[in-house]
Amino acid sequence: MADSTHGHPAIVRFTHWINTLSFLALVVSGVAILLAHPRFYWGETGVVGGPSLFDLPLPFILTGQTGWGRYLHFLAAWVFVINGLLYVSSGIFSRAFYSRPQRITYLAVTLVLAPLTVWTGLAMSPALTSVYPSIVTVFGGQQSARTIHFFAADMLVLFLLVHITMVSLAGFTSHMRGMITGNEPAG
Amino acid sequence: MTRRKLITTGLAGASALAVAARIADRYGLIPPDHGGIYGIGETLTYGAQRLLTAHHSLAREFNRSQISKVIPVNGDPPEHETYQRLLAGGFTEWRLNVGGMVARPLSLSLAQLKALPSRTQITHQACEEGWSFIAEWTGVPVSYVLNLAGVHPGAKYVVFFPFDTSWESIDMPDALHPQTLLAYGLNGKELPTPHGAPVRLRVASQLGYKSVKYLSHITVTDTLKNIGKGLGSYSPEIGYSWYAGI
Repeated sequence: MADSTHGHPAIVRFTHWINTLSFLALVVSGVAILLAHPRFYWGETGVVGGPSLFDLPLPFILTGQTGWGRYLHFLAAWVFVINGLLYVSSGIFSRAFYSRPQRITYLAVTLVLAPLTVWTGLAMSPALTSVYPSIVTVFGGQQSARTIHFFAADMLVLFLLVHITMVSLAGFTSHMRGMITGNEPAG
Repeated sequence: MTRRKLITTGLAGASALAVAARIADRYGLIPPDHGGIYGIGETLTYGAQRLLTAHHSLAREFNRSQISKVIPVNGDPPEHETYQRLLAGGFTEWRLNVGGMVARPLSLSLAQLKALPSRTQITHQACEEGWSFIAEWTGVPVSYVLNLAGVHPGAKYVVFFPFDTSWESIDMPDALHPQTLLAYGLNGKELPTPHGAPVRLRVASQLGYKSVKYLSHITVTDTLKNIGKGLGSYSPEIGYSWYAGI
């Protein structure tokens, strides 16, 4: 157990990889849902035949993918939320080896972006908004929440790409070993 | 940990889980499509939402200026011979039959249904695909019809059968919700055929696919195991969640 005083603790390694799996499942299933209606609106409503905020250059033909897409999206969302709470409560931010810009980025991702995707997701629930209307009215409507959900998720994907790039530049193999076994690489 | 302790702990854990499942089922927190890996997510969502939405708040209602100009339609009216005959006859021969676990089975004509106390509401409806609209619906609260029929105390679900295959069911909390309607009017006019004439279900707290069109009959029951494939409705049979309150 001597290694863990220098490397990543078991709880961080565990939640990191569960988070990886659930986030990838959320992205894949999110795209499957999006393909049914690759069009975004602002306000409460939005339909084909009415005005849109912007259209993605994709066809509307893949409507058949939303069934499994939705089942997987909501299952992965539960894992993402429960695991995320475990991750945050494990006190990751107190760790000294992060630089200041790194710490600010991680705080923004875990305390702003990730909760925003969950909140905007819940704001699209007709059952929850009937009991807590303010979770959707604060965004200006259900379609606004859907659009913000899309952009917040895009930002998380962008963070993931930057994260993988930085890990690769710093030494992919040793950092992967560090996050799997807990043995911290030099530096 | 010794093997004996491991076995004891495992058995205790399994028993606790079984007891928890029985209690959750008793309080209506387990959806009919709870099986399989996705069933875990469905059960968490349905159970959590039933606990959070226990106190029957109303879905948001809007004003007339917010009504959508375009209301898209998914699917075609039933080709079923009976439906086509009723449609051609202006639905004068149509009857809504209400049966199952009720004291007084009903057979209501469209005129009889329209003579019952009605409710008009301007609500938001979202499709699982992502689009949504606001419209004004007029109809009889399902709760009123259920009270007329006299629901047995043990009943848990209300099943809605249309003239096509897309049957659905909702639990008692949603069936008794004041905004859950048997709708016959849309934006101040008769419900147009593509929107489900003569009468459709409107569930304000769930996605659009729960709001069954072209209603034929209603059954009150305490179990969904014997209907269709036993998954609660047609939706899970074709890969969509039974509970769509998301």
